[in-house]
Amino acid sequence: MFYDNNANRLRKEILMRVARAHFTKEPADMLDRIPMAMRPKRSEPSRCCIHKDRAVLKYRCMAALGFSVEDETDELKPISAYYAEAARRTKAVAPALTVIDEACSACVTSRYSATNACRGCIARSCESACPKDAIEFRDGQARLNPDKCVNCGLCMKACPYHAIIRIPIPCEEACPVGAITKDEATGRETIDHDKCTYCGKCLRECPFAAISDLSQMIDVLQALKGGKAVALVAPSAARQLPGSLPQLVTALKQLGFTHVVEVAEGADETARHESEEWAEKMGAGERFMTTSCCPAYIETVEKHLPGMKPFVSHTPTPMGFSAAKVRRADPESVTVFIGPCIAKRVEAAKNPEVDYVLTFEELGAMLVGARIDVLECTDSPADSFAHREGRGFAASGGVTRAIQATAPAKAALKPLLVDGIDRKMLSQMRVWANKSCSGNFVEVMSCTGGCIAGPGTVGNPNTARKQLDSSLEKSPSMVAAPLIEASCGTD
Amino acid sequence: MKKTTVTICTGTTCYIMGASHLQRLDEVLDPALLEQVEIVGSRCLGYCDANGHGKAPFVKVDDQLIADATLDKVLAQIRKTLAKGAL
Ligand code: FES
Repeated sequence: MFYDNNANRLRKEILMRVARAHFTKEPADMLDRIPMAMRPKRSEPSRCCIHKDRAVLKYRCMAALGFSVEDETDELKPISAYYAEAARRTKAVAPALTVIDEACSACVTSRYSATNACRGCIARSCESACPKDAIEFRDGQARLNPDKCVNCGLCMKACPYHAIIRIPIPCEEACPVGAITKDEATGRETIDHDKCTYCGKCLRECPFAAISDLSQMIDVLQALKGGKAVALVAPSAARQLPGSLPQLVTALKQLGFTHVVEVAEGADETARHESEEWAEKMGAGERFMTTSCCPAYIETVEKHLPGMKPFVSHTPTPMGFSAAKVRRADPESVTVFIGPCIAKRVEAAKNPEVDYVLTFEELGAMLVGARIDVLECTDSPADSFAHREGRGFAASGGVTRAIQATAPAKAALKPLLVDGIDRKMLSQMRVWANKSCSGNFVEVMSCTGGCIAGPGTVGNPNTARKQLDSSLEKSPSMVAAPLIEASCGTD
Repeated sequence: MKKTTVTICTGTTCYIMGASHLQRLDEVLDPALLEQVEIVGSRCLGYCDANGHGKAPFVKVDDQLIADATLDKVLAQIRKTLAKGAL
């Protein structure tokens, strides 16, 4: 899995440069120079020439300012003009994953290719295996004719030398719902928004960093000036920034947030209500219930698993509970959720109580721009009180543990875990919804490993998991109950 | 024997740019080499803000500065430094 690579670093560098510019006296000049600063004259181009590189960098800056490539009406419009427009925005832009088509390298269309390992053997099993007559021999080696090849892969299986390889298209491979496909005319990838679940897997897997989501960073930086912004920090914050949570609270307040709330407190609330809802539903004879906190899963149900709808819990998400509480205390407050997730932007767009959503990457960039070093910050307590149960939501299995701890009829709980939604899991869930399910409580996480491995994370998921586990040990529990492990997803 | 010090900067800039992943150095380092190095974290080393040092994340192997550090680059430098020390 790609957690730290140059494509990923490039995205973060752009965010950082934009945030740095925001905090200078003359942001416009610095913003317009970003493409030149990153690809100075006579530097090694990563594409055909530095001019194309610079053009792509401009599109990346646009995404960091909340604009998609399609928003470009005038190619001469400078980055600073987009910045000025972003600063005037009063509402978050509608969430969307977009392909920066100039950056998409248009990965090969023919998925199979014969390599030099071909010995041109007598058997030629590839030739006999191919139903389309697509194998040709040139200079004693097999070649695939792309006009005839239908990507069935039979030749690859037939070759005793493993000389035929399959070349995947990383974004298409990563997408569990077939939402990203090649535009036959241009060879570039396009996203079908009627199918996209905002899981962010394509964004993370594209080796050319050609997929981006629309940042809300500038919107939040503007909102901070109003002195009404409240930070809602996701349970998965551990190890996403240097330092401890109490240091992060101080850093966020220095940035201008008036209050800092741990969404784990809202997760406590979700656990409490969800376990009651589960007990009621089981009492009423329903087959099973699934969690509702993962927004990419909710989108998946909406768009691809209609049969699952009646089984999804109606309990509000942790973000929903926390935002409602903040708004009750001060109806004027601007609520900003900070987490590892881009699908949360979709959930926020549907929930009037959440104004903005930031990823940990964006928050990191903002702190760098504001020159706040988390390690230099003192400790401050959060303006909330969270328990072990809610904090555990950050990693796969955590919701189940919380439900086990709080459910009234513990003995009857038969948990199943969907640890990452891929194509196989999707069909598995379809079977559960339409036929039968061996469990009666299903926790669903779109990301393998849970939120700590989300597309907007900065930390390493393994270290994050260790840190989370040790902090859970130290956290107070809502109840005193033994913990039981959930069994794995497949029946 | 004096150990070689590997300093991983975990100031905010370096951390965001990938230092959190570099902190797993002890897991990927050959046990024989691990014995000869000491891995320490550090607050901002001051390179991120100055010109001419290259890009974050920054790592130092003794006095040798590595910019845009990756696990590969750091491992290579550790081997080089240790080889020199062994002469
Ligand atoms: S954060 Fe590493 S040099 Fe400043």
